[in-house]
Amino acid sequence: MTDHSNPSMRSALGRAKGLGSSRSGVSHWWMQRLTAMGMVPLVLYCLIGFLCFADASEAAARSWIAQPFNSVALILLLGTGFYHAALGLQVVIEDYISIESRKILMLAFMKMMMTAFAVFSIYSVLLITLTNGA
Amino acid sequence: MTAKRPLSPHLMIYRPQLTSMMSITHRLTGVALGLGSLFFVWWLVALAHGGAYYDLIRSIAEHALGRLVLLGFFVAVSYHLANGIRHLFWDFGIGLSLQGVYRGGYVVLFVAAIATIGGAYLLFFA
Repeated sequence: MTDHSNPSMRSALGRAKGLGSSRSGVSHWWMQRLTAMGMVPLVLYCLIGFLCFADASEAAARSWIAQPFNSVALILLLGTGFYHAALGLQVVIEDYISIESRKILMLAFMKMMMTAFAVFSIYSVLLITLTNGA
Repeated sequence: MTAKRPLSPHLMIYRPQLTSMMSITHRLTGVALGLGSLFFVWWLVALAHGGAYYDLIRSIAEHALGRLVLLGFFVAVSYHLANGIRHLFWDFGIGLSLQGVYRGGYVVLFVAAIATIGGAYLLFFA
């Protein structure tokens, strides 16, 4: 039975899955919004915290980060932040780099960099927290 | 061989509007924050390392150029955060009229201006 009222080229299975031409549906868009919403309180909290030790002395910075609630907030911010950054930079690369091979290489390089940034920074926060006073 | 045809939609002949300028600024600040976060990572690594290495990073950050980079980072965070909240309101269908888009735009620019003045005061005059 053919439904002539819907002249779509999409197969019934494709329509049911609802993943579209991106093959991933709205997950990129949705994760960008979720991480954005999560980061609003985290950025505000950490920014105000950092402004409170604006003298940036080593002891003051370490003791702020080493407080449990602060280190958890900072780790959450770094995790969601670099994920959000990778999603955003992905769109920019896809928009402006039209040569397919170059686009794929830049996407891979960017995602590796963002992952490395996240691991380096979260590891540093853990080191500061767990070695505090040691 | 690539033909040198004008790019659609002929960005260069459009009169700049608040909406389009704020849109590209959101993207620019996003890219700047993503790449500029390297400095924040570097600072955290130095802080975890401690001692003379942290003092080196601190002296770089306290140099006039370092302070200028910090101010740029702070202004970019403020703008991207405020405009990001404006985007989230749009995602909930709030403020999508022409008037609402402009009104929200002015609020974001006001927040960014306050952040620039406050940040410049803290970094250069406090």
